[in-house]
Amino acid sequence: MVEINLNRRQFLKLSGATAVTLAVVELGFNEKKAYASTKEFKIAKSTVTPTICCFCGVGCGILVHTKDNTVVYTEGDPDNPINEGKLCSKGTTIRQLYTSEKRIKKPLYRAPGSDKWVEKDWEWMYETIAKRTKETRDKSFVVSENGMTVNKTEAIASLGGAALDNEETYLLSKMMRGLGVTYLEHQARI
Amino acid sequence: MQYTDCALIMGANPAENHPISFRWLTKAKENGGKIISVDPRYTRTSSMSDIYAPLRSGTDIPFIGGMIKYALDNNLYHKEYVAKYTNASFIVKESFKFEDGLFSGYNADKRSYDKTQWAFEKDTEGNLVKDFSLEHPRSVFQLMKKHYSRYDVDTVVKVTGTPKEDLLKVYKAFCATGQVGKAGTIMYAMGTTQHTVGTQNVRAFAMIQLLLGNIGLPGGGVNAMRGESNVQGSTDFGLLYGNLTGYLNAPTSTDPLNATLAGHLEKETPKTGYWSNKPKFIVSLLKAWYGPNATAANEFAYQYLPKGNKNYSHMNLFKAMYDGTLEGAFLFGTNPVVGGPNAGKEKEALSNLKWLVAVDLWETETSAFWQTEAGSNPAKINTEVFLLPACSSYEKEGSISNSARWMQYRWQAIKPLGESKADLEIIHELATRIKGLYKNESGPKAEPINALYWNYGEGHHPDIDLVCKEINGYDVNTGKLIAGFGNLKDDGSTCSGNWIYCGFYPEEGKNRAKNRDKKDTGMSLYLNWSYAWPMNRRILYNRASCDPSGVPYNKEKAVVWYDAVQGKWTGVDVPDFVATRKPGDAGFEDPFIMMNDGVGGVFAPTLNDGPFPEHYEPFESPVQNPFSSQEINPAIQIFYGKFNERGFKADFPIVATTYRVSEHWQSGTMTRNQAWLSELVPYMYIEMSEELAKEKGIKNKDEVIVSSARGEVKAYAMVTKRFKPHKINGKNVHQIGMPWHFGYKGIATGETANRLTPHIGDANTTIPEYKAFLCDVRRA
Repeated sequence: MVEINLNRRQFLKLSGATAVTLAVVELGFNEKKAYASTKEFKIAKSTVTPTICCFCGVGCGILVHTKDNTVVYTEGDPDNPINEGKLCSKGTTIRQLYTSEKRIKKPLYRAPGSDKWVEKDWEWMYETIAKRTKETRDKSFVVSENGMTVNKTEAIASLGGAALDNEETYLLSKMMRGLGVTYLEHQARI
Repeated sequence: MQYTDCALIMGANPAENHPISFRWLTKAKENGGKIISVDPRYTRTSSMSDIYAPLRSGTDIPFIGGMIKYALDNNLYHKEYVAKYTNASFIVKESFKFEDGLFSGYNADKRSYDKTQWAFEKDTEGNLVKDFSLEHPRSVFQLMKKHYSRYDVDTVVKVTGTPKEDLLKVYKAFCATGQVGKAGTIMYAMGTTQHTVGTQNVRAFAMIQLLLGNIGLPGGGVNAMRGESNVQGSTDFGLLYGNLTGYLNAPTSTDPLNATLAGHLEKETPKTGYWSNKPKFIVSLLKAWYGPNATAANEFAYQYLPKGNKNYSHMNLFKAMYDGTLEGAFLFGTNPVVGGPNAGKEKEALSNLKWLVAVDLWETETSAFWQTEAGSNPAKINTEVFLLPACSSYEKEGSISNSARWMQYRWQAIKPLGESKADLEIIHELATRIKGLYKNESGPKAEPINALYWNYGEGHHPDIDLVCKEINGYDVNTGKLIAGFGNLKDDGSTCSGNWIYCGFYPEEGKNRAKNRDKKDTGMSLYLNWSYAWPMNRRILYNRASCDPSGVPYNKEKAVVWYDAVQGKWTGVDVPDFVATRKPGDAGFEDPFIMMNDGVGGVFAPTLNDGPFPEHYEPFESPVQNPFSSQEINPAIQIFYGKFNERGFKADFPIVATTYRVSEHWQSGTMTRNQAWLSELVPYMYIEMSEELAKEKGIKNKDEVIVSSARGEVKAYAMVTKRFKPHKINGKNVHQIGMPWHFGYKGIATGETANRLTPHIGDANTTIPEYKAFLCDVRRA
């Protein structure tokens, strides 16, 4: 999963300034003893995965600790030369992106005129969106304009993408141009 | 940045909004560097600076125009750099004129210029005419000198409101970096770009930096502080209507040459400079998008590309929605009901859609626009809304590119929460299913979508490695990855989804975005940590850090140099230059390889609103323009009617701007849905000076109402010493500021600042003017 030579022990050695390491050093770094005494440490035996902060464009490194299918802790990546382990308030609380109760976990649909969301499965959502896209595209598609081939639809817009991964923006750009979408914009404009 | 002798921070507040970048400035300070903060408000950045100078929002061009004059008058510019590395020596045609705020070639009906009148003079063989003595009256240098002779210190302070002594302190400190061997950097953000003269604000920065010889060296440059983690990458990958990937222009139907690929290539390809390779990049992109369906016989599928005929940017998009010509929309992690200009109108426009697809981690003010809570009547809104749950950045894998173009990989730490999915999978599924619906159809509507090459493995989740390889590019016959964009071909034998990234994945198993060698390879450039496009160069145009003979201007901070023994360019950075170009070779002394002429553009005859930055007042301003009778930028597009109500001084005498705080991010969806950050900054507020508060009878923490021609916003008053009235032409002009993070959803809620901002934008980019508009304030 992670192409990084970083097991728990190496990681503890790396993050020299953290309280966790200090605690372990106080234990004399007897590994067995450390394991036995780490019940109170959330990050003991957690898996560490490096990531890059999802907020501003500086690109700080963050280590995500996961255990028992949840995110137990996040902290600055001491190896990343951009931030050398330091983080701002937003980077520090990145764990809550996973643990916040406000996350939506199921596809939601709102019918015309309705005052509520209804849960739907992905299959229905994909199929219905594809159908709507095709209907609108077919109705509005312009093949030529003043004798020039233009292959476009001006009835569909795509907005956003500044927080997507490069690979995602690439597929989005390819799909939208492929459909003939001209109203293609994102946050770089606003 | 730690190598800078002086950092001028203007239109940005990195200590607040890019805090970790600011760490490196504090390092520069420890090394003896100076920090200057120029801002209407005394910010967290100002508090860490050596010099602070206030200015009224929307007066950056007078501020920098005055600095240009100061540098020229006092002989503080880098003479060799200006003469050799910029177009200051070029002679401009006689048709170029400037009179009372207008450049020659203006058409008032179209609000646009005929730019051919600003062209450079050429001799009979088509070569540029130059005067390296810079004395010719029509040389760029002399024209610039004349243009900015009007920006004397006294006029500047009358319009900016900056105290004269502060202004001169800034000029003196920053112009000191014009000395050979010194480096000054300018850092800016949306405080610079979100104006009707936003592009010209940045141009003014570029001009002063070229004059001081500050481009292409460590501790130098004009640095855009990017606000979103991958706004660099998403722009590189063409999520703006005007360009495909890698800054290749999208063909338009307005130019007859675009009728064929041959014509398009002819139109797009300059004869000189690196862009002369453009056909290789365009054909390789078409091969990536249309695969085997792109052949020499069908113009490499060029005809399938959509050809637009107008400006499709954000505000025009919402205007089309408002007018009911748009039927469907996709939103990927964006929230225009909070973040868009004149946001009340943008919300209204959404109800004209037949269908809306929102892909997000949260229910946003935008996807919920039809709810009673949003002030809507659901029964009257017929828009179908599909809300697809996306997962967060560490629940999937992929790369992002930061402000310095470093492309860093993010590994998957945990499976997506609940039924949420990676956007990569959502986009892939949608594309596959839409293609599926056309599979059995033929004809002109089905043909382009059937020809789109979509081949990313079996199963629901696409194979990201295949996507990465297609972005980098490979030989379509052998499948072998391409080592760098220099190897791309225009004969259809190579593909590359984004030529500027070509080289990040040069061979099997070597995705360099995953590089994590933290060893400093010299001058803190960390060449083996991640990958920086193009070709892993960390400092663009680094050839300009050397004198014409190839010797670094500053030997202690050398990054590249010409090595006579090896007969090539070398250094601790990857030279941004043809490595084998030798002294005496054509172009050896031209460091700006992406510019057609090989030099930096002090004069920019391609911009919509003039080749030199000129001051115009914001669309809404309480002040008359002292520089000319043109009050507002003559080349901006103006929306009329209810979509864009305009306010005037009589009703709205106070200047307003928006800004951000460290604890929240953009429209707040990512932070107002988190408990800790919501607790840290829980309320919407309006920041104002003690003087204004006194005039209006407002006390700290009072509830107040801010009104503009577009709407009203209720919030708490935050009365501070950080704002002071500006002394403009001897009179007090008040300014207030407000965070734009709030909306009615999430844990921390508040009214939306952008309900006040106007639908007006820059003449080149149509970026909205969020940073200077008129309002009034009263107690609630």
